[in-house]
Amino acid sequence: MANYKLDITKEHCPMTFVKTKIELSKLKSGDILEVLLSEGEPLENVPRSSTEQGFKVLSITEAAVKGTHLVQIQK
Amino acid sequence: MATTEIKLDPTTKKLSIIGFSGDFDKLVAVFTLATGAAAVGYEVNLFFTFWGLDGIKIKQGRSPVGKGFLPKVFGLFMGGLKSAPVSRLNFGGISPAIFRYLMRKNNVATLEELVEAAKVLGINFYACEMAMHILGIQKSDLIPEVKEVLGVASFLKIADGGQTLFI
Repeated sequence: MANYKLDITKEHCPMTFVKTKIELSKLKSGDILEVLLSEGEPLENVPRSSTEQGFKVLSITEAAVKGTHLVQIQK
Repeated sequence: MATTEIKLDPTTKKLSIIGFSGDFDKLVAVFTLATGAAAVGYEVNLFFTFWGLDGIKIKQGRSPVGKGFLPKVFGLFMGGLKSAPVSRLNFGGISPAIFRYLMRKNNVATLEELVEAAKVLGINFYACEMAMHILGIQKSDLIPEVKEVLGVASFLKIADGGQTLFI
């Protein structure tokens, strides 16, 4: 089990969840991906679409930079 | 971008897009919807026909692709992904360059990045047999991700049970 990081704060639709999905596909079962994302559309869609595809959203916490969040997703 | 292929679950929802247009902006729409849908778990099928075939040619610039004189002339004028015009206010081909600049400046995925993402996401590419015949295009002129050259009946079978768009 390993931890990986992905920053999608500068990305826009559809690359926010496209990059998350591609990154998750590279991980092994049990690995955790920490996604740094902006509020609004990415914060609403990345955790939801991850859950819908069978990944586990472990936590969603506010990050240091205002308006950004850290989402932990387990494969 | 990585070249890992993602296996799609066959029981997932399905989006099929008929890519008719070779216009830059319409190809952006095709690949934005396609990659977005694939990333949220849809099975995605892209069926390229007529000018849409320009978007999936191996030679992305203006090149006399095609078998025979007239198809070569068409190929030379239309070109591929890199020479796709915008559907309005093309200004002799200046506008696509402006769009590419604006997309990069605003951190929006460019058309080329979207196409690469579509390949990585394991989206299914198909090409229209009839349009290829008219335009003198061979399967070997198209990117290797094109799984099959199909007719209407086969495409309808593939698209059956999902949502279908015509762009």
